[in-house]
Amino acid sequence: MKNIDSTSHLSGKSIFIDDMPEIQGTLFASVVTSPIAHGKLLSIDFSEVESLPGILRTFTYRDIPGENQIGGIVPDEPLFAEKELHFVGQPIALIVGKSDFICQQAKQLVTFDMEILHPVTTATEAFERNQFISPPRTFKMGDPENAWKECAYVFEGTAESGGQEHLYLETQGAYTIPMEKGKLKIYASTQGPTAIQKQTARVLGIPMNQIEVDVNRIGGGFGGKEDQATPWAVMVALATHHLNKPVKMILSRHDDMYMTGKRHPYTTYFKIGLSKENKILAYEANYLQNAGAAADLSPAITERTLFHCTNSYFIPNVKATVHSCKTNLPPNTAFRGFGAPQGMFAIECAIHLSSKELNIPVEEIQKINLLKEGDEFPYGQKVQNGMLDNSWLLADKQWNIAKLQEDIRQYNAQHSLKKKGFSIFPVTFGVSFTNTVMNHARALVHIYQDGSVGISTGAVEMGQSVNTKMLQVAAGFFSIDMHKINIESTNTTRVANTSPSAASSTADLNGKAVQMACNALLHRLKKVAAKLVSGNEEALEITNEEVFFNKKPTGITWKELVKTAFLQRVSLSENSHYATPEIHFDKTIEKGHPFAYHVFGLALTTALTDCMRGTYEIEDVKIVHDFGKSMNQEIDLGQVEGALMQGIGWMTMEEIAYDKNGVLLSNALSTYKVPDLYSAPKSVEIIPLENESDNLAILKSKAVGEPPFNYGIGAYFAIQQAIKAYNSDYSMAFNAPMTPEKVLMGLYEQT
Amino acid sequence: MEQYVTKMFNFTGVMIQFILNNQLVETNLPGGSILLDFIRGDQHLKGTKIGCREGDCGACTVLSGSLSANDHVHYKTITSCLTPIINVHGKHIVTVEGIGIDAVLNQVQKSMLEHNATQCGFCTPGFVMAFSGYALNKETSITGIRESISGNICRCTGYKSIEKAAVDIFEQLKHSPKGRSLDWLIKQHFVPKYFLQIPVQLKKIVTLSPIKAGVFVGGGTDLYVQKAEELQGMEAIPVNQMKGLTDVFQNGTKLTIGAGLTASDMLNNELMMSALPRLKEFFQMVSSQVIRNMGTLGGNLVNASPIGDLSVLFLALNADITLLNPDNESSRKLPLKEFFKDYKKIALQKDELIQSLAFETGKTMAVNFEKVSKRTYLDIASVNCAISIQLKGDEIKEIHLAAGGVAPIPKYLKNTCEFLTDKKLNAENLRKAHCVMKEEIAPISDIRGSAEYKRLLLRQLFYAHFIRLFPNRVKSSELLNV
Ligand SMILES: Cc1cc2nc3c(=O)[nH]c(=O)nc-3n(C[C@H](O)[C@H](O)[C@H](O)COP(=O)(O)OP(=O)(O)OC[C@H]3O[C@@H](n4cnc5c(N)ncnc54)[C@H](O)[C@@H]3O)c2cc1C
Ligand code: FES
Ligand code: FES
Repeated sequence: MKNIDSTSHLSGKSIFIDDMPEIQGTLFASVVTSPIAHGKLLSIDFSEVESLPGILRTFTYRDIPGENQIGGIVPDEPLFAEKELHFVGQPIALIVGKSDFICQQAKQLVTFDMEILHPVTTATEAFERNQFISPPRTFKMGDPENAWKECAYVFEGTAESGGQEHLYLETQGAYTIPMEKGKLKIYASTQGPTAIQKQTARVLGIPMNQIEVDVNRIGGGFGGKEDQATPWAVMVALATHHLNKPVKMILSRHDDMYMTGKRHPYTTYFKIGLSKENKILAYEANYLQNAGAAADLSPAITERTLFHCTNSYFIPNVKATVHSCKTNLPPNTAFRGFGAPQGMFAIECAIHLSSKELNIPVEEIQKINLLKEGDEFPYGQKVQNGMLDNSWLLADKQWNIAKLQEDIRQYNAQHSLKKKGFSIFPVTFGVSFTNTVMNHARALVHIYQDGSVGISTGAVEMGQSVNTKMLQVAAGFFSIDMHKINIESTNTTRVANTSPSAASSTADLNGKAVQMACNALLHRLKKVAAKLVSGNEEALEITNEEVFFNKKPTGITWKELVKTAFLQRVSLSENSHYATPEIHFDKTIEKGHPFAYHVFGLALTTALTDCMRGTYEIEDVKIVHDFGKSMNQEIDLGQVEGALMQGIGWMTMEEIAYDKNGVLLSNALSTYKVPDLYSAPKSVEIIPLENESDNLAILKSKAVGEPPFNYGIGAYFAIQQAIKAYNSDYSMAFNAPMTPEKVLMGLYEQT
Repeated sequence: MEQYVTKMFNFTGVMIQFILNNQLVETNLPGGSILLDFIRGDQHLKGTKIGCREGDCGACTVLSGSLSANDHVHYKTITSCLTPIINVHGKHIVTVEGIGIDAVLNQVQKSMLEHNATQCGFCTPGFVMAFSGYALNKETSITGIRESISGNICRCTGYKSIEKAAVDIFEQLKHSPKGRSLDWLIKQHFVPKYFLQIPVQLKKIVTLSPIKAGVFVGGGTDLYVQKAEELQGMEAIPVNQMKGLTDVFQNGTKLTIGAGLTASDMLNNELMMSALPRLKEFFQMVSSQVIRNMGTLGGNLVNASPIGDLSVLFLALNADITLLNPDNESSRKLPLKEFFKDYKKIALQKDELIQSLAFETGKTMAVNFEKVSKRTYLDIASVNCAISIQLKGDEIKEIHLAAGGVAPIPKYLKNTCEFLTDKKLNAENLRKAHCVMKEEIAPISDIRGSAEYKRLLLRQLFYAHFIRLFPNRVKSSELLNV
């Protein structure tokens, strides 16, 4: 089944915030931000702004009736800077005027008096200066201190991975409308409507029930609109609150890029110990996470790094510590994978370093260390329904790994200026919010008296097709035509206290809630039908909009049944609540069972490098992926392909650059390059590893948003192998992204 | 801003007219106003999206049809975010709202639907328009249809589904009768019927009388990236209205091309293609198809970016340019090498235009163009380099080399050329030439690479020319492994 929005997307009729008809009198806004990365704000001069025709008003922290604070986890992020400036692009004020154009112009006229302080832009420097967002966290298993003695080989190294700009095609934006009695309605492009509602209430000093947040759909999120869609909505809400006028703000691409946080860059110091037989006995990792100037979601992201520090490998002795370092960059934030990719990259670097030092093929280490059924993760959970060996076997059976490698060796022998490289990359990704309390959702299902159905959930549609999946769940459960069902916008008055659409869990959590609601309604309808046929409820079935009794058609249609139920005053609405069972985690000991299940898979990547020019292509990616029992293969394949491409982008061309003063240099699409059509791997083959073992996945169809992002990591190592095939002196520094610059320098590096 | 204003701003009362989908629209907005804002704002057509306003994402792609001889309307894609509205006077502009067939999907949209080529949907109208623009062209090749979306970014799909849609569309177009008539496209549900009425309607629009005051604009692909806000309320003078700006003619061994030609125009020109048969391959690395449909030769030279691809290519062709003063119609000639003075400083006087460029085609020069950027396509070069060379026996008789990204200007590598002239073409001389080259460049570290990288890269591209052009005379092993 296709994404239910496809037709309106293709005909340009889908409505994003900026496409909504504007209410007469709508005002526009732009954000005045800090031009320096660190310093003191002594005074601001708005005099020129205020004399500009068309400008209505400027707002600063002084205009905030409630708390000047939007930090979700740690209260360390003011909506508007007061005296201290912590990053370039930090909001200081909001200008409101009659057009977007005027507001943008006005912004240039603000002048500041500031005292400049030393900016810290790297995690390493912040670490040395003891600047942290939160205390370090450590996951430990076995006896890492003493295990090193048992190891035949011990290697130490560093792995650097860079930031990544979300580059959702629709930039951040919000539109607020004043309602009667001081209430507000906020339309926002957000993954977290409740976050906006909560923070707006906090800033305005009013209860949450005065604020309605509505999200129709968003033009991509990828984590960038989980927490960081909030400030813009709160700002326009503040303006509406004061002016009693509708206010809309859509960030320009440039503003979006320099004001919002990105994926966290990590510097990881690792140490790995192996036995003579290449069994990994011990692993230690110290991650320096560049969190930026405020906590945002960093504490949760550190956690997911730790949960994925050993990726797909069983290591009996582990010590992994994350230091979330406070720097003068925009607060870094959620991005597909949420800290896991950084952890997975580091352990893979450690394995590649070992393979290089021991001069043995990487897969000789990878294969024998893969997690097996019942193996323990460093956080106490055990592998259940593990699929790594199966993935490897299936990949080998399907594609003959040894043959692929031999073909590459031959190609390399025959070509002097072109070299190929190959990598295998296994993935194990835990599904659930690592913060157990967030794993719940609600659904509100109405059956209208004409038999049509309306469904509201907490899920935000952002291209992942969650609405399509919700519709499938309901249509399947009721056995009615898809066209009878409408998925409503995500609205905080219909479904309250939602968790953001994130952690790959949206379809699981909300889908289970839809299932429960449908189940309850169906039960009620069957009761009514039982009376109509004077039979037993258990013997009733609704199939294709018709009631069957003892498998025989009764001639009673869905529509008639609904109508009868309505006339009998039976409730045709249901609000259900689902909370993931089984999961728990104790932070005091850092042990528990945090994930509903794991998703497994394997990627085989071939890269082709032009050794004259230092350019490369990803020729081919072959993936075995654990979909569970996919409820929608077309959509799930699209998720894997899209995530893979984003992962490859992160590892190859996507390079965030700040200068030493903390000014973003990669601040436009001309300087920050995301993959285009030609960057896509020439061939992508994905074969599903079908299984039906995980009941906590919606209809046994496993989460597919984030896990496949990690397959992209294979591209890094495939390119490295290609460089090595050309230049045996290549030192193999682990420093992603692998830009053409690094490739060329590597190809011609000398010892 | 002054440097862009050549005349005092003075409202000329021009009424710009064009057909937007199936309706004639007119506006007296200043000609420098942006087409995208007119479409979304004034006309409330919200299907055309805003992703970057810099020509780099393709979300705002629309079709622009111009009436040519024999009443045929020739369509090309343009990014509406960089298009001054004056540039579409007398054109047929098609947005996603105007490409569907009686409110159902056209063939392009159907293929995209079938192959799940849309996820969040924000990039989707741009792809629909790019593919539809392709369908309206005569050419059918799989590389061609891929190129038609070279300016479109999608962050969701990873492109594989879009590629499948492209193949599907290609398969359908493959069966079109030669020339792919509008009738056929209508019958096959690629475009709606109202397209048939467009030539008649376009003919009714009168040409604008020459605009006297405003900013000179070619395609706007540099101007509107750099100065969009300032240009909003201003008049613009399309350079193409000036004499000789779009002419192409061969005079003896010299080919003269108008500075108002776009890169795509050059590719569609037979004289140009016979002078530079590999031009298509070279231009594939220059921006994207949609930007090549807009950006002009003159704009590239005047922008004087140190990595300007056309600047570098034509420097290596040892071109001359003709500068025109449209007021008194006086003109002067200048070697292109002398045009670039210093960073963004050029030998163009106030009120002057580049009219045309001319280069030698008679000699049997071998030409090559190399470019490396972070992303291979639709990216600004870290370093680019072009060469034209003629051998006599095994000696270099004449050579011209130019490089971008290694100096404040697109750099003609004069010393290197002089060193190599009359030398034997062999690895040893090339290595020596590289030593000369190293002394005449001064790359700086920036977002496109470190100075060290750019030095190494230029060496590689310099050698790459010879490996590419003379594989039997120069061996890579002799150049690199020393
Ligand atoms: C997304 C994108 C990608 C790009 N990629 C590349 C690339 O890969 N390589 C590259 O080299 N460039 C690239 N460019 C830059 C640009 O497309 C080219 O420089 C183009 O040739 C500019 O031409 P134009 O007609 O659009 O210039 P305009 O923007 O119209 O004009 C530029 C300047 O030249 C002046 N001008 C224009 N024509 C004349 C004339 N005949 N005489 C005197 N003055 C004139 C204008 O007044 C203005 O000052 C890219 C641009 C974009 C938006
Ligand atoms: S908006 Fe991105 S190309 Fe026009
Ligand atoms: S579908 Fe979301 S950007 Fe293409």
